[in-house]
Amino acid sequence: MKFHSQAVAKPYFVVALVLFFGQVLFGLIMGMQYIDGDFLFPQIPFNVARMVHTNLLIVWLLFGFMGASYYLVPEESGTELYSPRLARVTFWTFTVAGVATILGYLLLPYAELARLTQNELLPTMGREFLEQPTIIKIGIVAVCLSFVFNIGMTVLRGRKTVITMILMTGLVGLAVFFLFAFYNPSVLTVDKFFWWWVVHLWVEGVWELILAAILSFVLIKVTGVDREVVEKWLYVIVAIALISGLIGMGHHYFWIGPGEYWLWLGSLFSALEPLPFFMIVMFAFKMVKQSRHQYHNRAARTWALGTAVMAFLGAGIWGFLHTLAPVNYYTHGSQITAAHGHLAFFGAYAMIVLAIISYAMPIMRGRPHGNPPSAQRWEIAGFWLMTLSMVGIALALTVAGAWQIALQRLPKAGEALGFIATQEKIIPVYWAREILGALFFLGLVCYLISFFVGRSKQTVGTESLAKSRLPQIAALPALESK
Amino acid sequence: MADHLTKGMARNIYYGGSFTFLLLLFGLSFHTLRELPERDYRETMTEAVATGKEVWENNDCIGCHSLMGEGAYYAPELANVFDRRGGGDERAFRGFLQGWMSVQPLAAPARRKMPQFNLTAEEIDALAAFLIWTSRINDNNWPPNIEG
Repeated sequence: MKFHSQAVAKPYFVVALVLFFGQVLFGLIMGMQYIDGDFLFPQIPFNVARMVHTNLLIVWLLFGFMGASYYLVPEESGTELYSPRLARVTFWTFTVAGVATILGYLLLPYAELARLTQNELLPTMGREFLEQPTIIKIGIVAVCLSFVFNIGMTVLRGRKTVITMILMTGLVGLAVFFLFAFYNPSVLTVDKFFWWWVVHLWVEGVWELILAAILSFVLIKVTGVDREVVEKWLYVIVAIALISGLIGMGHHYFWIGPGEYWLWLGSLFSALEPLPFFMIVMFAFKMVKQSRHQYHNRAARTWALGTAVMAFLGAGIWGFLHTLAPVNYYTHGSQITAAHGHLAFFGAYAMIVLAIISYAMPIMRGRPHGNPPSAQRWEIAGFWLMTLSMVGIALALTVAGAWQIALQRLPKAGEALGFIATQEKIIPVYWAREILGALFFLGLVCYLISFFVGRSKQTVGTESLAKSRLPQIAALPALESK
Repeated sequence: MADHLTKGMARNIYYGGSFTFLLLLFGLSFHTLRELPERDYRETMTEAVATGKEVWENNDCIGCHSLMGEGAYYAPELANVFDRRGGGDERAFRGFLQGWMSVQPLAAPARRKMPQFNLTAEEIDALAAFLIWTSRINDNNWPPNIEG
């Protein structure tokens, strides 16, 4: 660790992983409810489990992005963090707000939560992913502002690199676009129109900048490749991401009210959205091939390459699969959407956070050369189990979606099966999904075990290093005494 | 990557390109927002429709259902439930919804369950108004059939 203040990232990463664990547990509960509607009903109704599942995801990814920024920005800028104290205050605020929200979902009926938090003063609740009480949303804004301020001041104070500049644009965009969460007009079409300014402009816009910046940082570290090579790529990748993604938002405007020209614009531009992800794959493998040094943290390299590949698969391929309007007409709001959502969120955003954790956490724990091989084996086992299970889940949901469309949407009215009847037919596929979900959970457990394997002194390479440096260190007092 | 593309050029493509397309998005959005009232028949929106949307939100209906294909995929699409369950007859649909909400959760074993929300008759009526209004939005003919 080059700067002491980078260590503020550690609690962010720890909480991110705890929330990730919770997210997966609630995923398993929902998977079971897809099979048996009586499962945990009425203690945890499906909508509550889903809020917990999706909100935990958003919050742990934000914890991950914040931890990543606090870790990498001082190092990139060549200076201590502007205010480690502010970062710690922000951390506790966000943790308390996050935990309170989840407990609120679980312990109170949602309407009661809305009433208690005075939602009627500024109604923002009850919209997908934006279910948090308004007061919590205000807290999120405060947390984001303090975070962006802290990172921004650090960037201004130190060396400005391409990575930090792109990260900054991403973080400012994240904070700005979240403000649309407060705009909830009573006209549904306008509400939906601007809801996407948070959701789409986050996950298919500014989050991609954050992803590209973090991934570039990790790749530079694990390969030792010259940053000059990275920077040009990075600019081109994020440029294409935004150019395609901004108007690509049109693929959400097909069937919610806006005019027909969005069918063309949305199809055309969102069809280009896989391109930056493809370039990320090329870029990542090219860098690893050109590696300049023997790097001992194999796990971190595995996560970095995995992120590139899985982001392309989940966001790129699975996104393209249903993005063209004539296809989307049949797939919109089906299990195909769920398949894409799972693979893209895991492949792009969950994995990039796990990649930076894999790189930075050992360093913060006093293992500059990575975890001992025994720990890395657990971590890499976790990587494969989680990654392959998620591919399996996405495949299962794709089959479920195709089946759903064939039974419910393709036949003419009268011959088509109703929604619930269709879902009951698909249950065998939901079983497959649930089993794969259990395997994913197992992978997560392996991954978490890796943090507790191997004594902290015993790290890769320390033995050889110790041998080579020992005589010099031993000689030092002798020199000084002279 | 091509050598004739310098880092400065790449940077300009990033800032210039993003800014240009952001402006284009603003322009298109401005146009869409002006056009929307004709597509959602805003002049037919009553107080009850707005109240109905509040009921919809305060009970997190979107946590199980989809509305115009957006939301969760656990329970049926509701932007066309007026056509599906009310056959386009407003009175019939209002009556149906009162009855349907009152019998939840259904006793059918293993079937997906809707909780009992204990809504008042007025709230259910407002919800019906909201769903009826929503069903008439011009959504480029989605979904493909009445099953949603």
